[in-house]
Amino acid sequence: MRGRESMFTRGFRALTGAVLITWLVLPLIPLGIWSFARGWYFPDLLPRNWSLRAWEYTLSDTAGVIECLWLTIGISLAATFLSIIVGVPAGRALGLYRFRGKELVELMILAPTIVPGIAVVLGIHSVFIALGLNNTVGGVIIVHLIPTLPYMVLVMSGIFANYDPSYEAQARSLGASALETFWYITVPAIMPGVIVGGLFAFLVSWSQYILTLLIGGGKVVTLPLLLFNFATSNRNDITGAIGMIYILPGILILLMTARHLSGRSSAVGGFGTI
Amino acid sequence: MSDRVKIFLLLLPAMSFIVLLFFGGLAIGLMRSFNYMPIIGLLEPNLEAYFKIFTSAEFLRSFLLTFHIAFTSTVISSVLAIGAALLLRRQFIGRAVVNFLFQLNLTVPHLVGAIGILYLFSQSGTFARLAAEWGMISRPRDFPVLVFDPYAIGIILQYVWKEIPFIGIIVLANMQSLGEDYESVARSLGATRWQAFRHVLLPLIFPGVLSASVIVFAFTFGAYEIPAILGANYPAALPVLAYRKYTDVDLAARPEAMAMAIVIAVLSAIMIYIYVRYTRRRIRS
Repeated sequence: MRGRESMFTRGFRALTGAVLITWLVLPLIPLGIWSFARGWYFPDLLPRNWSLRAWEYTLSDTAGVIECLWLTIGISLAATFLSIIVGVPAGRALGLYRFRGKELVELMILAPTIVPGIAVVLGIHSVFIALGLNNTVGGVIIVHLIPTLPYMVLVMSGIFANYDPSYEAQARSLGASALETFWYITVPAIMPGVIVGGLFAFLVSWSQYILTLLIGGGKVVTLPLLLFNFATSNRNDITGAIGMIYILPGILILLMTARHLSGRSSAVGGFGTI
Repeated sequence: MSDRVKIFLLLLPAMSFIVLLFFGGLAIGLMRSFNYMPIIGLLEPNLEAYFKIFTSAEFLRSFLLTFHIAFTSTVISSVLAIGAALLLRRQFIGRAVVNFLFQLNLTVPHLVGAIGILYLFSQSGTFARLAAEWGMISRPRDFPVLVFDPYAIGIILQYVWKEIPFIGIIVLANMQSLGEDYESVARSLGATRWQAFRHVLLPLIFPGVLSASVIVFAFTFGAYEIPAILGANYPAALPVLAYRKYTDVDLAARPEAMAMAIVIAVLSAIMIYIYVRYTRRRIRS
């Protein structure tokens, strides 16, 4: 049946495919063009003058964008690192063992991925006042763990569900210490999961807005906050340049995982099922 | 060490974190929404904040708008995502590109999408310029208002852009694991293409679609930065209104902000309930 598909069917598919491709890239195009435009007024379809001014400004030392980029990378790396430290043990418990109350534990870990940040962050803000954590980088990192940790735990619980702990017992019986067993047996086995879960946690932290805005209190300015400020003050050219920088890690991570997990790259998308 | 102790110790760090910060944050928000805060001497809980918001026209309009945003975005995204997944099952020119863009799109933060939609659909945006080029309008204000508009069209467009790949990838994985045998049987028994889709495939993928939709609904109901960029000033989406109330110079408005946050939390709790019900059923079957 499939061999005799009509020209019409094939044409229809190619056409809807083309519409879909256009729609998926469309919002990114004006952003890219704006970053190279110098005054781009209605009704010009393309800028009359092209310029690198926005990029020069964005990449200069005085603008503070680069500083803000490093801060954002630092916060996301720290949140990722802490998610790994805290999330891997929990993933092990959920992946390897059956126990009473497991469903409740899973539900509690799942909840932060569905409940929006604004619903919890107002309460956290009023506690962080007392703890002196508002307006600090540390406070922002801690609050980023709310959305990143559940993903790490859920990814690792999937990894540990296919993990055979008897290898650890064998290593121990052959005289390896607990630390050696962990380092030479457990770590290599779970590494792919830690990397994918970590990249995922990084991107989740990277895209946080309201948690940073409220807990950072305008003192901790990450890239999305800066992007928002430029976007709402009509500096479209600089907004375009920062926007391009902001989506870069996601694209890099996608290309990296596609190469390393070749043939299994759908696994990355598969995390959407969590 | 017994397994019970091991499990307890393995779970301890993550669970203490989630209980303290996430559920603690919710609990403190709930207490403050009842005007109950022993630390600052508020010892008698009351429902004042809830009375205030549920009798305020601004809140009610904001709630309806937010519900409309979340519902419309979720329905449109789900329908189009099913269509996209059906398309991606087949071979066609550009399939690899669509696949790549689906994944790419998942990594692009919502904020970037919102700014992109702003530059495309505003009255001096790309589409307005195209309309001017083709002689359909002569001034920016002749172009229909699609952002900062009362129907939240711009916000919905952004969510549709971002959520088609999200739901689409889930539905596609679901379809691929089901295979096409069931549909082939239906077709060989004389079902039309539409009947095979409507009565065979759709019921099979429905639980997957529903659990993805529930996540999208909860997200679109509670997201802040997208309506803050693309939304009208009045009525504002609920998360924007809650943030405004919370950061109001008048500290007396804070319990109202907390009450709004609780409304959002209750709605997402309902979504979690639906999600769990349907994913459990899926695992069982």
